[in-house]
Amino acid sequence: MDSRLTGPTRFFPRRLALGTAALSLIAASVFSQMTLADDANTTGLAVTPTEVTVGQLHSATGTMAISETGSIQAERLAIDQINASGGILGRQIKIVQEDGASDWPTFAEKARKLLVNDKVATVFGCWTSASRKAVLPVFEKENGLLYYPTFYEGLEQSKNVIYTGQEATQQILASLDWIAKTKGAKTFYLIGSDYIWPRTSMKIARKHIENVLHGTVVGEDYYPLGNTQFGSLINKVKLKKPDVVFAAVVGGSNVAFYKQLKAAGVDSTKQTLLTLSVTEDELLGIGGENMKGFYASMKYFQSLDNPNNKAFVEAFKAKYGKDSVMGDVTQAAYLGPWLWKAAVEKAGSFDVDKVVAASPGIELKTAPEGYVKIHENHHLWSKTRIGEVQADGQFKVVYESELIEPNPFPKGYQ
Amino acid sequence: MEWLSEFGAIAAMQGFNGLSVFCVLLLMALGLAIIFGQMGVINMAHGEFLTIGAYTTYMLSTLVQTWCPWMQPYYFFFAIALSFVVAGAIGWVVEWVMISRLYHRPLDTLLATWGLSLVMQQAFRSIFGAREVSANPPEWLMGAVNLTDAIEIPRNGLFVMGLTVLMTGGIFLMLYRTRWGLHVRATVQNRIMSRAVGINTRKVDRMTFALGCGVAGVAGAAFTTIGSTGPTAGSLYIVDTFLVVVFGGAASLFGTIASAFAIAQTQSLSEFFMSGSMAKVLTLSIVILILLMRPQGLFASKVRK
Amino acid sequence: MNALNKMLGGRQGVVGLLILATLILVVFPLTLDAFRLNMVGKYLTYAFVAVGLVLCWGYGGILSLGQGVFFGLGGYCMAMFLKLEASDPESTKIQSTPGIPDFMDWNQITELPWLWVPFHSFTFTVMAVIVLPVLLALIIGVALFRRRVGDVYFSIVTQAIALILTVLIIGQQGLTGGINGITDLKTLLGWDIRSDSARLLLYFINAGLLFGCILFGKFILNSKLGRLLMAMRDKEERVRFSGYDVAAFKVFVYCVAACFSAIGGAMFALQVGFMSPSFVGIVPSIEMVIFAAVGGRMSLLGAVYGSLLVNYGKTYFSESFPELWLYLMGGLFIAVVMYFPNGLAGLWESHGRKWLSGVTRKPATVIASPAPGITPTPALADKKAASPLEIQP
Repeated sequence: MDSRLTGPTRFFPRRLALGTAALSLIAASVFSQMTLADDANTTGLAVTPTEVTVGQLHSATGTMAISETGSIQAERLAIDQINASGGILGRQIKIVQEDGASDWPTFAEKARKLLVNDKVATVFGCWTSASRKAVLPVFEKENGLLYYPTFYEGLEQSKNVIYTGQEATQQILASLDWIAKTKGAKTFYLIGSDYIWPRTSMKIARKHIENVLHGTVVGEDYYPLGNTQFGSLINKVKLKKPDVVFAAVVGGSNVAFYKQLKAAGVDSTKQTLLTLSVTEDELLGIGGENMKGFYASMKYFQSLDNPNNKAFVEAFKAKYGKDSVMGDVTQAAYLGPWLWKAAVEKAGSFDVDKVVAASPGIELKTAPEGYVKIHENHHLWSKTRIGEVQADGQFKVVYESELIEPNPFPKGYQ
Repeated sequence: MEWLSEFGAIAAMQGFNGLSVFCVLLLMALGLAIIFGQMGVINMAHGEFLTIGAYTTYMLSTLVQTWCPWMQPYYFFFAIALSFVVAGAIGWVVEWVMISRLYHRPLDTLLATWGLSLVMQQAFRSIFGAREVSANPPEWLMGAVNLTDAIEIPRNGLFVMGLTVLMTGGIFLMLYRTRWGLHVRATVQNRIMSRAVGINTRKVDRMTFALGCGVAGVAGAAFTTIGSTGPTAGSLYIVDTFLVVVFGGAASLFGTIASAFAIAQTQSLSEFFMSGSMAKVLTLSIVILILLMRPQGLFASKVRK
Repeated sequence: MNALNKMLGGRQGVVGLLILATLILVVFPLTLDAFRLNMVGKYLTYAFVAVGLVLCWGYGGILSLGQGVFFGLGGYCMAMFLKLEASDPESTKIQSTPGIPDFMDWNQITELPWLWVPFHSFTFTVMAVIVLPVLLALIIGVALFRRRVGDVYFSIVTQAIALILTVLIIGQQGLTGGINGITDLKTLLGWDIRSDSARLLLYFINAGLLFGCILFGKFILNSKLGRLLMAMRDKEERVRFSGYDVAAFKVFVYCVAACFSAIGGAMFALQVGFMSPSFVGIVPSIEMVIFAAVGGRMSLLGAVYGSLLVNYGKTYFSESFPELWLYLMGGLFIAVVMYFPNGLAGLWESHGRKWLSGVTRKPATVIASPAPGITPTPALADKKAASPLEIQP
């Protein structure tokens, strides 16, 4: 027995000592009752009465760092804003950031570290499909929760993932309908970088063009990631003269592709082009003047005119500099923490199972893109927009769809 | 009949495309071939010297845009010259600090220069940011020249082509018409004898390396008109470039030209008939198969090691 | 006994081997948690490649920049087997074609491709892990070495092969899973490989195989072949004129290196739970050369230390100082190549050994016969390696 602890009783009258003891007992029990009632500290997650720990898992280094930086920033912004407004269930959010280093096993490793060692309540992260596929088994085994921000190919639905970007059909179908209607397009040329997202997207596009729009696909081509020679492809496009070039070229190839298109005299006055893979971020590298007049299909553009977006753009620029741009994925990443907050508050707990159960039906009326709602299948109801590239590197929104239901396993498109 | 003429037009444009890919490959491979032929050194950081040229052009383009926009149509020539000087100077330093200490260990040079390429890539990232940047090529370089109604030739392709001819010609002249070239050729043939007759082979090596890097810088400047500029842009080209040099056979500038031509035409032609990925695999496989059968390349020097 | 002793590289060799064995088999499992141990296990799979590189590069003088090809082949063979096991009709019943791997279903493949069919058999898979890479190495080796292709050519050609295989794997995504690779591997013959206990066991199997490879390497190097290899590296012509078939030896040692890499790849797939083209290409292939170079291109044990150290450094620095990491990696590579061509093992040789012999009170034997653990070659024994650093395992 430590005299420092037992000491005071000697000087207190006995009754007072008893009273203090009783009081402290009551206080303790009330306090423990309170924490129990108020919280799911029993979940084994890193949650204290004042703090909840979340993970952030993106590539801060390596080839993907270019793309993922925007997501990292947007998630931080959202978390800062939530903390400033009082946190979640009275707790401040603490971030453990891990670097996936553009390397898929590292992603899996770091995901395990976040879930097993850091016991984070949720993770915001991943960008490429490959990294998501790598971490998915980890999240399912350790029962973690991941908010994934990128528009992607669909064909996936996991209890442990909330997809805040669009799946392929949301992004593709409405925009094809629009271009077929307004441009009277009948023939399409499909072009993509050679990996799963462009290939799956083009597959869906082909089915839609052939079965629904009754048009024809006059060519379909895939180039290795990082390819910079598109001369032959451009000639093929010139030969086939499609009404629309439908493109999903990514990364460094993007810049080469559009520069060479322009150099070959293929600009928006001669050729309609609709892309799935150019956001404001990419436009910085390509240069707006090289793509002027081409269309991109996204759910979000920085130029969207609504109060939510104005506030978002302002806050983002205030935090990261006035030259920063926000693309589709950046906005989707920004939604993650807010959607999680809403779900946790609805569930009244940080427990993953409860948060997941509470998620479907969550609405976010403050989203920069306007309004989103989580579907049963963990994707978001969202609108699709067509933006026309302006010379200053921004998009002019020329079309906005109705709210589209996410459909990761589209019947008839597989 | 109309279909036929259209087909002819496409064939012409496709042929031009093959030529333009050929020029791109050659421009990249020239610098490497000089260094490899002369010193037996494979410079894995070659791609990064290319990137130096591209960034130099980008910086100049930005400067011109901010300070003297009237220079816009002409700055590109300065950019090319400056790229040559900057890349060459850095190459000179690299040879002095690193390569010159690794003679007789060609494989080690390969590894050390790879380490160098990592450092340089990260340096680009620290200085210019990870994002791709875009130099604004002058207006007259963009767009196409209409030879007939159907045949359109991209101007930047023409420009790169002209530049390639100029560079190749220049290097030929330097190698075969100057005293320095004589020294270089003598050193390639017999290093020890050259030293014995009073050629400063170390100086020759340093100049050669700097020249090779400078040429890479010029290639980088030219590529800003057709491709992207990012920290890892150079590494996209590097394997193709190696293959061109190896396929052509070392120590043979003519071999390099022939091999660049063969690879470019195969690539361009197969791309027309199949998907780009498969065209790449096909081209590379053909090259490897030929190399397996004729490992010293198309035009091997007669000297056997 | 004497022969065995000699094979292990005498007293020094045995001590070195024991220290490494203690480190890997006792110290790591006792001090690291399951997560970190699994990471060490992953690093050790790269050590297979590095050990192979010591044989063919350090001793044979053949620098292959395409070892990732063999690592990948081994890994993909194993991953295909595991994927088939994970895709039984029951667990894939939501697919339009149950019973085939999920990514095939996404690519509208309705029937298991013939290439995959034999991988239902575990015996076949294990054989394929070894045979396929060796066969490829044999073809490449025979074609190139028979024609006396130069060092640098060989490096470039192998590098190009690495590129081709990557493009091919990514392009054929219905067959290979494309850039995502083959993911979500769950069980091996019904045994859940994702549990901590399974990972621990796999770690030990991996370590055991690695020591098997090291011992095999030592055996080769201490045989007449080992001495011939060194002779070839230093004066190929002389060996040829002495009547030896130089090409055959080169092909052999290249095949052995390929085989080691493939085993590493297969163990990688088992421990990490997936395989993707990012381990096949040019960059990973060169990184594996770094591991061997840092550890010491002449030292089989050094290769293991090199792999552990560089990978640990990579994990540590990329976590703590992501900006610095590439500078460090590049700088390390330049420094090692320029100033310490014999890597850690060379430093140990020039400093640590004195210390060790002081401890064991045995004078260090002057190396007349090759003691492969840590022998500097005459050509590369670099006097510049005098550094105050003392490397202790």
